[in-house]
Amino acid sequence: MTETFTLKGRTGDWEIVLGLEVHAQVASNSKLFSGAAVGFGAGPNEQVSLVDAAMPGMLPVLNRFCVEQAIRAGLGLKAKINLKSRFDRKNYFYPDLPQGYQISQFEFPIVGEGEVTVDRIDGSSFTVRIERLHLEQDAGKSIHDLSPTETYVDLNRSGTALMEIVSKPDMRSPEDAAAYVKKLRAILVTLGACDGDMEKGNLRADVNVSVCRPGDYEKFRETGSFSHLGTRCEIKNVNSYRFIQQAIHYEARRQIEILEDGGKIDQETRLFDPGKGETRSMRSKEEAHDYRYFPDPDLLPLEIDPAWVKEIEASLPELPDAKKARLMADYGLSAYDASVLISDADVAAFFEEAAKGRDAKLVANWTLNDLMGRLGKDGLEITASPIPAADIAGLVELIEKGTISSKIAKTVFDHMWAGEGAPAAIVDKHGLVQITDTGAIEAAVDALIAANPDKAEAVKEKPQAIGWFVGQVMKETGGKANPAAVNEILKAKLGL
Amino acid sequence: MGPRDEREDDGDWGNGWGYDLMSELTSLTLKAALEGLRSKAFSSVEITRAHIEAVEAARPLNAYVLETPEKALEMAAASDARIASGDAGALEGAPLGIKDLFCTKGVRSTACSKILGEFVPEYESTVTANLFGDGAVMLGKLNLDEFAMGSSNETSAFGNVINPWKSAASGNKALTPGGSSGGSAAAVAADLCLGATATDTGGSIRQPAAFTGTVGIKPTYGRCSRWGIVAFASSLDQAGPIAKTVEDAAILLTSMAGHDPKDSTSLNVETPDWTPYVGKSVKGLRIGVPKEYRVDGMPAEIEKLWQDGIDWLKHAGAEIVEVSLPHTKYALPAYYIVAPAEASSNLARYDGMRYGFRAEGDNLTEIYENTRAQGFGNEVKRRILIGTYVLSAGYYDAYYLKAQKVRRRIADDFDQAWQTCDALLTPTAPSAAFALGERMADPIAMYLNDVFTVTTNLAGLPSISVPAGVDAGGLPLGLQVIGKALDEATVFSVAGAIEKSAGFLGKKAERWW
Repeated sequence: MTETFTLKGRTGDWEIVLGLEVHAQVASNSKLFSGAAVGFGAGPNEQVSLVDAAMPGMLPVLNRFCVEQAIRAGLGLKAKINLKSRFDRKNYFYPDLPQGYQISQFEFPIVGEGEVTVDRIDGSSFTVRIERLHLEQDAGKSIHDLSPTETYVDLNRSGTALMEIVSKPDMRSPEDAAAYVKKLRAILVTLGACDGDMEKGNLRADVNVSVCRPGDYEKFRETGSFSHLGTRCEIKNVNSYRFIQQAIHYEARRQIEILEDGGKIDQETRLFDPGKGETRSMRSKEEAHDYRYFPDPDLLPLEIDPAWVKEIEASLPELPDAKKARLMADYGLSAYDASVLISDADVAAFFEEAAKGRDAKLVANWTLNDLMGRLGKDGLEITASPIPAADIAGLVELIEKGTISSKIAKTVFDHMWAGEGAPAAIVDKHGLVQITDTGAIEAAVDALIAANPDKAEAVKEKPQAIGWFVGQVMKETGGKANPAAVNEILKAKLGL
Repeated sequence: MGPRDEREDDGDWGNGWGYDLMSELTSLTLKAALEGLRSKAFSSVEITRAHIEAVEAARPLNAYVLETPEKALEMAAASDARIASGDAGALEGAPLGIKDLFCTKGVRSTACSKILGEFVPEYESTVTANLFGDGAVMLGKLNLDEFAMGSSNETSAFGNVINPWKSAASGNKALTPGGSSGGSAAAVAADLCLGATATDTGGSIRQPAAFTGTVGIKPTYGRCSRWGIVAFASSLDQAGPIAKTVEDAAILLTSMAGHDPKDSTSLNVETPDWTPYVGKSVKGLRIGVPKEYRVDGMPAEIEKLWQDGIDWLKHAGAEIVEVSLPHTKYALPAYYIVAPAEASSNLARYDGMRYGFRAEGDNLTEIYENTRAQGFGNEVKRRILIGTYVLSAGYYDAYYLKAQKVRRRIADDFDQAWQTCDALLTPTAPSAAFALGERMADPIAMYLNDVFTVTTNLAGLPSISVPAGVDAGGLPLGLQVIGKALDEATVFSVAGAIEKSAGFLGKKAERWW
């Protein structure tokens, strides 16, 4: 069990309680209630149907594909699929909301309670309970910075299908919150329900933050009463793991300061400013809209045939949890390595391709540490990796065979990254083959001992000083000598 | 009528035509006109011209808010070509009027609200597309209460319609044609079209039909697609025709109805041809008379009309049974919660941002406020306010949810009644047409017009108003026939029997315009 995350205040320790509402855009070619295309990169207002623009007399028609994705996501969250759900209207005025209401699911969502198992870096895991998942329309975009006096509206996004996934307040640290979103993303991407592109805003989180004293949260879990928890603030639309953590840190500190100064937290909606690293108030509870929810009379209640759910269930791909278990069992990976691999289906696929017939642990290390490190630095996805999986396999094979040492392998990797091709060819070209010829190593060792008789004497007293001799031999051979062979020969010649 | 080949389409209207011939063409029923067109007794261009002229001459009625004579003649010429080539549709060449709540492609569509301004849709409503697909010709757009909210056509941004009917007994005062489909009803009554489209949310087809001596049917909810009709209250709105006869209404509804995948509430059921049911015997049918419709203060002549209807049907072999619809008294209050609630949301899209009227302002809120304050009329604002109120946090359960429960009870009442009868007979409205301006100051008195009609909107049932007699002042009165869901066939049969016995057929308002 990991220790509870605490923040030190002037008046004692504080804990934080986090609940997330994640908005995931459904990976659909058309919108939730219209046939308009969904895509990135279209010109302003090029993907707008008469329905999306809320022309008079236009009516919504539910997109079956989006419903299927919501069901898939629900099954991926081990959640209850509600065979009867309903669409409601959430009424408010804004220029990027052409209908004057958003069609959402307020009272009866398509997916009910479920859960997500989340892995921490230390290998431990925890469960986040899912309260619900519902389908809703996204709004258009208001663009305020094209003109000093005008606001422009782009309705391409208007009517796009979103899944809103609401968690219970089950996260207790900024890292846990980020890890939860990471796991959720992995599940949705694996299912194909959402492309998970956070940069484009296709997956974004509203983070509910409150603080409490040690022990309060346990009381909440026992009784279910929110009275044990602090007043929460909701930070809207945070779209990266880093920002989620920054926003939580800032917000928790802000709340603690207010409370320690004897103040009260106002329940409000806040915005995170990534530039300044702080949250600021958007609107207070008093200013909150009265959305006047009511059932959308243009749509019938959504009734789902249980046979369809069964059919969808049978077609689901291997989910991240199952994949993690399999990677651990089949490849002998640690829980940590396996959980890192499954956080991105593409990375896992890359690994599995490279690990065929190779030392899986080595492949995992090269993939996760060296390759992912480089990709991360250049902001590349693994699908855009300049080094194919076969070459990682080739590199590991050279190490396994003793053709190169792990140290030389780093050099080979650099050449691979530079686009020089397959590792074997690089080793040949640069003459990086490990010297396993004992004769050559023996000659080097003899010369070294002859030149340093005092050191050869001293090492007999202090065997750990052999390291100096190893270093010298490696230097002499340009690092190509097989370290194991060097050690062995040195020990024999020095009489250790 | 003179030989066809002597008349040439040279643009000289009425060439070779006396006034009487013109009026003969416009006074035809749809059924007779379609026969004349098919037998080539006259052309679509001819009957369309006759109507265009009648429309022009009838401008004092203010039934049309937009006349489209050029489009009409173009469509008529195309119809004539199809008749000539043997490709005639069911309504080929018949000139109709279209309520301005229907979006018509390339033709200004306003819902008779200032807020839509000069809005010209790029699309055709499914219902009008069905009619035009069957060969109908559009004469223009007909007046209505703004967004169909009203029972007297007095809330229209284009001004009220005047009922063709007048009563010497009450000093020939200008009367309301009823609402909201006042333009449709007046146009049909005054022979300004062979039939008209209309919509009915709480009685907007049937009450104007009753006030103008015309036939109007609201079909089962979901029979006609709502796609392309400016929404008032989505769960109640239904399109239907106003026509000169029950048979004409059946012909028109057969064309208008049909499943439409673009409307999720459209029923995926077969659309029968309803014309054969008009004239079908009602012998053996059980006709229910709901006792709760005998409301306090109902004029004696309405009582008498109702009794006449009962007697006629009895004579025609139907069995009369008394039934109870105990929740009737809650229908009107429930209706005036549900309809405004939906309207308040449906009308949110008229915000001045994308189309229609827009008033300026210093900031977004001001633009919204000015646009909606200047763009909507008082009755529409009243209903948006009521609707917003009943959906507000803390009031939703007490009003909207309660009203929905009442709605369920009203539907249950009807289900119960169907245990003992096949159709119901009631008056359409509690009075004959009243004078313009008489009830505008008292919204509640105005809302009471809908007391007999809202129940079937709440329950989604088909109901027709058929002219059945006149009051002491000689003004038309209507009887309403209500049927089971999807049983328009029986409704048409019973209405046909009443029409036959009432002897109203062919009675017209004396022309004063």
